[in-house]
Amino acid sequence: MNYLNSMHCAGKILAANKARSFLSMLGVIIGVMVVIIIISVGAGAQSLILNQIKSMGSNLVGILPGKSEDKGPPVAVMGVVVTTLKYEDGRAIMNRGNSHIVGVASYVRGIDTIIFGDTKTDTNFVGTTASMIYVEDAKVEYGRFFTEDEERSLARVVVLGSQTAGDLFTDEDPLGKQIRIKKTAFTIIGVMKPRGVSGFENQDDQIFVPLPTAQKLLLGINHVSFMRAKIDSGEYVDSSLEFIKDVLREQHGITDPENDDFTVQSAAQGLHALTQITNALRFFLAAVASIALVVGGFGIMNIMLAAVQERTKEIGLRKAVGAKHSDITRQFLVETVTITFFGGLLGIIFGLLISVVIAKVAQNMGYKWDLVITFSSVLLAVSVSVGIGLIFGIVPARRASRLSPIEALRYE
Amino acid sequence: MSLIQAKNLSKEYKNGEVTTSVLKNITFSIKAGEFVAIMGPSGSGKSTLMHILGFLDALSSGEYLFNGKNVSTLSDDELALMRSREVGFVFQSFNLLSRTTVLDNTILPLMYTKDSRLEWEAKARVALEEVGLSHRLNHFSDQLSGGEKQRVAIARALINKPSIIFADEPTGNLDSKSGLQVMRILQKLNEEGKTIILVTHEKYTAEHAKRIIRIKDGQIFADETVRERQLADKTDELVK
Repeated sequence: MNYLNSMHCAGKILAANKARSFLSMLGVIIGVMVVIIIISVGAGAQSLILNQIKSMGSNLVGILPGKSEDKGPPVAVMGVVVTTLKYEDGRAIMNRGNSHIVGVASYVRGIDTIIFGDTKTDTNFVGTTASMIYVEDAKVEYGRFFTEDEERSLARVVVLGSQTAGDLFTDEDPLGKQIRIKKTAFTIIGVMKPRGVSGFENQDDQIFVPLPTAQKLLLGINHVSFMRAKIDSGEYVDSSLEFIKDVLREQHGITDPENDDFTVQSAAQGLHALTQITNALRFFLAAVASIALVVGGFGIMNIMLAAVQERTKEIGLRKAVGAKHSDITRQFLVETVTITFFGGLLGIIFGLLISVVIAKVAQNMGYKWDLVITFSSVLLAVSVSVGIGLIFGIVPARRASRLSPIEALRYE
Repeated sequence: MSLIQAKNLSKEYKNGEVTTSVLKNITFSIKAGEFVAIMGPSGSGKSTLMHILGFLDALSSGEYLFNGKNVSTLSDDELALMRSREVGFVFQSFNLLSRTTVLDNTILPLMYTKDSRLEWEAKARVALEEVGLSHRLNHFSDQLSGGEKQRVAIARALINKPSIIFADEPTGNLDSKSGLQVMRILQKLNEEGKTIILVTHEKYTAEHAKRIIRIKDGQIFADETVRERQLADKTDELVK
């Protein structure tokens, strides 16, 4: 029997046993569907992160403490605390007067309870410089942001994120009111405009205090977590990057760039580093999803083994009319592969549909979520499902071919 | 030359320590064009003999020559080829594929030949014409009566134009009218030149053949033409 005959035959048998065929397909349908969805959702989530970083501006340069690793992101991104960056470093960059550097903002962060009267709430506080407001293009809803003088004089003033303001003050005007953090009283001087979610952080549920105030009164540290510099135009990003490095080396007394204790990266470089992390995450997700496919494969093997049992008499008959061992093996293999192939196709269709729905829902919720469907993921899903058919079809097919025709014909 | 030559054919089954002898030193020959009934009670070994003659089972000792070729030296694949080219089977329980059309059931043996697919349907029509069922081509096998099912099975056995048709209790699951119809078809095929070997335990079915080989306990105890047999029966009656 040639392959054409086998396929013709498999098609008829599968069509004649629709329920059984569909049930055997189900495992593969679900497996492939999950793989497609996970790959697409992974890519969508990645696009969400990257879009948010892009929306912060490609003219931004990030300055992180610690030496950059050759591969992957600097350790500070991974949550290791490095204390080599100082408040003075940011001031030094500005004071050297590079006309393309519009501003440098420094940041420290913490979480604490803020108290207003009887109301308590836990919130993120950001200690930053007055320059943050134009480095990040943030807007004040009412009141004002703190000044450089207030920053330098350790003023106890605070600017609230829009959500925090709403949580603490339902119908009062927060301006001029005092809140307490770690027993220190701060005067509210402004409320920020809503900015939404960015980089997995709710920008509106945080409060801003002058950086030296946060260092001395709230955190008891004298380093900064990171800095951002805004460059006037994309074409000067690279030269400004080198300028900042030179200033920092001078500040830290470093002569050999090998010994740098900081990392200066443009948004583009940061994107690259982040892409590496998210790619690893996507790979991991896809690996988990593949387990679903393998489980589906065992399901098919199970059903095909049962089918061999159920069709013993048919196998005997086929042998009686001239089928060789290899004909029977091929027939069962072709059947299994046909099941997994069509299961794979259905899985792809459902997977794509659900991916589209997820992307549409995310987009309607206001996320910058791209619908990403790669041809390679579809190809991978189909080839894996056909491969599963081959691998898990072999055992039942061989069992069927080894039946003695007489035993098989007598089987009731 | 004989089509089938069996010399001291024996078959034993081993089940652990116990050895059961099913066929003992059977010797006979069948010429092309004969219509032979192998008759015997159940357990006599007649089905096993048919399976050996039909290349479905291997013999334990002795010699089986088919067209002068020693069958016991053939490999599994060569035996499959012999089944494909030389023999057609008709079984008591029809063995049609369910949920499959008459046409697809009939062409089953062609799948294992090098025949062009284009000729399949034409061949099936010819074979079904032979059994009077060419109008049922696209019916499903489950919709047929027992007699019709057995006639489809005969068409299936015919489609490869085999030298021999083996019929194992072909009327066993049929009412007497359908059974007679099936036997008439087998007789007609024999008249057209086909060699037919019928296995049965019923005397009136066996009498449709021209020669009856009687088997009991794995041995041949009578081998006679139907005419001789009928004369002998008459003599018995007269003596009584």
